[in-house]
Amino acid sequence: MPMEQMSRLRQRWQLLAYVVAVAALLLAPAVLSTYPLSVLTEILIFGLFAMSLNLLLGYTGLPTLGHSAFFGAGGYVVGLLAKYYQVPLGPALLLAILAGVVLALVTGPIVLRTSGAYFLMLTLSLTQVLFGVVWLARGVTGGDDGLPGIPTPQLAFLAGSLEPTANFYYLALAIVVVAIASMAWVVRSSFGLALLAIRENERVVEGLGYPTWLVKYAVYALAGGYGALAGALYTFFKGYVGPGQLSWLVAGEGLVMTIVGGAGTFWGPMVGAAVVLLLRYEVSTFTQRWLLILGLIFIATVVLMPRGIVRLPERLREVRARVRREELLEPVAGERQPAEQVVERS
Amino acid sequence: MPLNTASVVIGLSYASLLFLVAVGLSVVFGLMRFVNLATGSLYLIGGYLAWTIAGELGSFWLALLGGALGALAVGVVIERGFLERLHRNELLQVCLTLGVAYVVQDVTRWIWGGDPLRLRPPESLRGSILLLGSIVPTYRVALIVAGVVLAGLVWYLLERTKWGAYVRAGVDDLEMLECLGINGRRVFAIVFALGALLCGLGGALGTPVTGVAPGADIQILLMALIVVVLGGLGSVSGAVVASVVVGLVDSMVRTYWPEASFFAVWVLAALVLAVRPQGLLGRVTA
Repeated sequence: MPMEQMSRLRQRWQLLAYVVAVAALLLAPAVLSTYPLSVLTEILIFGLFAMSLNLLLGYTGLPTLGHSAFFGAGGYVVGLLAKYYQVPLGPALLLAILAGVVLALVTGPIVLRTSGAYFLMLTLSLTQVLFGVVWLARGVTGGDDGLPGIPTPQLAFLAGSLEPTANFYYLALAIVVVAIASMAWVVRSSFGLALLAIRENERVVEGLGYPTWLVKYAVYALAGGYGALAGALYTFFKGYVGPGQLSWLVAGEGLVMTIVGGAGTFWGPMVGAAVVLLLRYEVSTFTQRWLLILGLIFIATVVLMPRGIVRLPERLREVRARVRREELLEPVAGERQPAEQVVERS
Repeated sequence: MPLNTASVVIGLSYASLLFLVAVGLSVVFGLMRFVNLATGSLYLIGGYLAWTIAGELGSFWLALLGGALGALAVGVVIERGFLERLHRNELLQVCLTLGVAYVVQDVTRWIWGGDPLRLRPPESLRGSILLLGSIVPTYRVALIVAGVVLAGLVWYLLERTKWGAYVRAGVDDLEMLECLGINGRRVFAIVFALGALLCGLGGALGTPVTGVAPGADIQILLMALIVVVLGGLGSVSGAVVASVVVGLVDSMVRTYWPEASFFAVWVLAALVLAVRPQGLLGRVTA
């Protein structure tokens, strides 16, 4: 089949997949009862969070362990606004995004001096500092008690006909879909390509005349904004925000979701979020050992599909090709040339 | 602010434990850019094994040995089993070692339960002694001595032996070392194993003062990470200095401003890294 025809076919399949997925998500409240629906809502929210983290981790190659700072900041902003000032949903979400962007713009110049493991540590440190500040500012944030009793917003035009869980589900779905669409636009733009180039070789990109620092600063701010939006939705979903939402454990979970699903792929983090959360809720119904099982899954991911679930078909093709090559080589010589082994291992 | 001898002793004894956990982490990172988030788990294993052995055999010293060797065994399994294939892939290293940390935490909770366990120090180190006009626990002082002795040993091993020279050369330039015909991976494996041994020993030594419980692994891991980045990745002297600084700051803050105790060291870390991204005595940039 000619290349062009194949890619057109592929595009058509992709479109079909999107249509089916959106239809399934729209129909979900009709089929699912309250509890699975709330799990699905959580998956959407954490998926958005992991996707925002993926902008840094997967697209730009900046391993962050402090992304929960934005998740928590967004949560506290909408929490405080809804609780003390009764700010309506739209402005509250916009202010939450703004808070995430501003937080990233303030901390960016500090963390972006580093990369690799130092970046990991510095983002973690700053997040822990923020955690401490929130914890100490008891008068405003409620300290470790957090802010309970935040009203969960509802879509007004559906208010009569749907129960609150389904109503909020639709609200979250709409916001997450819009956010993801805008993210797709960003990563396909020339800016998005510049991110990939920085991940692959920052020096070359710099040599070509790109302001790499500015590009990284911009994507850090963007990821902060998306992360804060996810955090705001999570706070509305739970009706509560506490320092736990800022905890590095949340950041670590986002990191793992991204890696399990496939860092650097567009949908990988969403798939990873779904897998991790479904496993947690499923496994915890029949055993208390879900932490053990989650750990084993991380290990299995690394060993069996190191580039994530989303890239599994690609990986299978590779493994099959290697097996076939070995079968071909086998009869020629009992032992292979050392050079060949080196090439295959790397 | 008057310096309180007791809190200095507590700070320095904590610094001893931190050093034991951090030094392996630091050198392993320096050699292979390897981030080991299962470090705290080795500490946990050392602590739990020591508690069980002390209970069964009644000997504190055998408990120390058992804790250290147990952690060594687990460390070797991790290294041989997985790490070889994850060379230079930070993301997968993070994912794998976090997975190991989860597994170890849950398995140890399964075996030893969720309550904190405390080991009694040996007869000769119980009670307290008078030091510079203050009464301090004998065991804490012994910990400081043990920390100094072990730090000296590590220093000797790395700075005064041929094998230590390989390690230092590997930290500076691994490819060059391998070009000279030295097997970098074997050096890495040995360093990793020794680091695991020290972690387990730290866990066993720390059990009488901090107790051992689920969550202790995460706590010591975070503190050790601070020590490692503060001191500078790959630097042993940096690990010593940073352990002492972090240990003292932690115990001072605990004494004078207890509410801030759990994040004061993070402020310190953020400040130092913001000014010196490579750490206090770091030679390696990540």
